[in-house]
Amino acid sequence: MFITYLLRELRRRMRQAIFVAAGLALGIGLVITVIAASTGVSDSQATVLHSLYGVGTDVTVTQSPASGSGRPPNFRIGGASPGKAGTSFSRNVLRGPGLGTLKSSSVSTISGLTDVSAASGALSLTDLSLSGTVPSGSQQGAPGGAGSGSVTSSTFTVTGIDPAGDSLGPLSSATITSGHNITTAESTANVAVVDSNYAAAQSLKVGSKITVAGKSFTVVGIARAAQSASSADVYIPLARAQSLAGMTNEVNTIYVSATSSADISTVSKEISGALPKATVTTSSDLASEVTGSLSSASSLANSLGKWLAVAVLAAAFGIASILTVSAVSRRVREFGTLKAMGWRSRRIIRQIMGEALVIGIIGGIAGVALGYGGAALVQSLAPPLTASTAATSSGGPAGAAGQGGPGGGGGLARAASAASHSVSVHLTAPVTAGVVALAVALAILGGLIAGSLGGWRAVRLRPAAALARVE
Amino acid sequence: MYKLTAVTKDYPKGRHTVRALRGVDLVIEDGDWLAIQGPTGHGKSTLLQILGALDRSTSGTVEFRGQDLASLRESQLTRVRATSIGFIFQTFNLIPTLSAQENVETALVPLGVTNAERRQRAARALAEVSLADRARHLPSELSGGQQQRVAIARALVKKPAVLLADEPTGNLDEGTRDEIMTLLEYLWQELGLTLVIVTHDTSVARRAQQTGVMKEGRLVVQLAAQHTKT
Repeated sequence: MFITYLLRELRRRMRQAIFVAAGLALGIGLVITVIAASTGVSDSQATVLHSLYGVGTDVTVTQSPASGSGRPPNFRIGGASPGKAGTSFSRNVLRGPGLGTLKSSSVSTISGLTDVSAASGALSLTDLSLSGTVPSGSQQGAPGGAGSGSVTSSTFTVTGIDPAGDSLGPLSSATITSGHNITTAESTANVAVVDSNYAAAQSLKVGSKITVAGKSFTVVGIARAAQSASSADVYIPLARAQSLAGMTNEVNTIYVSATSSADISTVSKEISGALPKATVTTSSDLASEVTGSLSSASSLANSLGKWLAVAVLAAAFGIASILTVSAVSRRVREFGTLKAMGWRSRRIIRQIMGEALVIGIIGGIAGVALGYGGAALVQSLAPPLTASTAATSSGGPAGAAGQGGPGGGGGLARAASAASHSVSVHLTAPVTAGVVALAVALAILGGLIAGSLGGWRAVRLRPAAALARVE
Repeated sequence: MYKLTAVTKDYPKGRHTVRALRGVDLVIEDGDWLAIQGPTGHGKSTLLQILGALDRSTSGTVEFRGQDLASLRESQLTRVRATSIGFIFQTFNLIPTLSAQENVETALVPLGVTNAERRQRAARALAEVSLADRARHLPSELSGGQQQRVAIARALVKKPAVLLADEPTGNLDEGTRDEIMTLLEYLWQELGLTLVIVTHDTSVARRAQQTGVMKEGRLVVQLAAQHTKT
């Protein structure tokens, strides 16, 4: 009788039931779409952060450059005295991009901290080559050196990595597509892993020779960076990078992994205690520095999107409740008759709640379908989003760019400014099982709220009063 | 069956109180057929609602089969209605979305009988009112007289001790009215029902065993038995 009565009643007011279900579907669909978009934005942010940190890195440690440091190199083309005007020259140097440095021993210090599972140091550098003819006397001595005349420059980025710490750091998110990564046995060898894009541009393959700071290196591996990840052009052993750049026992970034994600803030504090002058950045710190359309999309999804979804859902619940109460009001005499026949109030309430719940579930199913559709639409129509980090000294490897000092123009400053990072990500909008479960729960809640209000309305009258109602 | 002593019923109406029943005394024995007449608004339906445990008196005692209805909790009153009292209404009050058979079955739902027994008893009740061939019809597909017969079947399917009818022929034409009254008279005689009918129709009241008249909330006259069961 319960099911028969329920289904017949829903059929009687099918138009109203469809209207209520549609309202609930819209609200639930919007909630799913917003959550999916928000999840997609979070995933994109994680992708961006991973591209800056590498997979597995929870904290990075850097050092602000000392004042007066970071001046661009002065290329003394002719040594103590300028060479004869018109003489050909060629110089190749490996220089830091103006980042502050930390002692290599700091890596061991950090590794020894309680909540640290691993730490690895890296040295980000730029290889700068100048060649051409010695300019005339009036043009010599200018800082930056690349004055007029037939002087050409070329740069590429070089990062010295610790082969023992390959689970952290800049290459951790990359895939070796050819050859192998630098091994601990090669930690003092002139070997290099080259980024796949750079290799393609320079026609390099495993076994090719490249020149870094005037020394010949053998390519032992080609690495494809993760989507949207930042990547140096060439990776060489840390010890070789330190030696060639004249930065023995120095690193400019330490990558740290915590024993668990819950310990990240503890690790951050421990590192700050051990290295008071260092800049310690966690992924959440960097997330707040990310700007660009990804950041805007995140704000949009989290604020406007969330409140819009809540407002529409609340409206849908409200309409469902009002229409249920209205439908119950029209059946007051019917319920009075049932009570006259001995139906208990809770049986009548159960009947009304059953009707409202069925409408809610239908709305929920339709809402899940709408949500999937909405998420697919977001995914297909969303333009690629960009994310950039500000070029400041407090950043990771992407920070402290452009700290070339006064008059820092020319090739080195340009090379340095390339270290400020901008990535492009395509927004996804994944609908997870948790979101579907939430949608079903919301549908049931909507049905229960509407049914409760309707049921209360139905049973609060005495049978005599209910029977006296004119329909 | 019933013993009412000094029963009053007041209703709040805005800032005033309307006294619908003023000290009604009434005795109804098992198997009696009482018709209660009177003009509209003089308390006939209120008295019927008190008899049917649909409402509580403001003062006085209402004894039904030895139980004081005023002392029962709401759940107990619901149980009394479920097992012992059948109702027929002027507007039939059938559930519009349920068939004739299903409408009769609704009276058996509170009794917790099995689905099979419920269907069987409902079918038998419809047969007793000569509507077996209309079991699957919706109320909208039945005439007024047929709807009232379904309502009678619904009231009787649980074998109540008393059948209370509020203007059972009020919405029916003359021919159908006689049809329904003949059916009720037959059932009163065959089943030994206690029957209380509220009506403004003198021709309906005349068929009853006893007649009372409500005037301004008082049961003014209770005439002697006009006929006995044959």
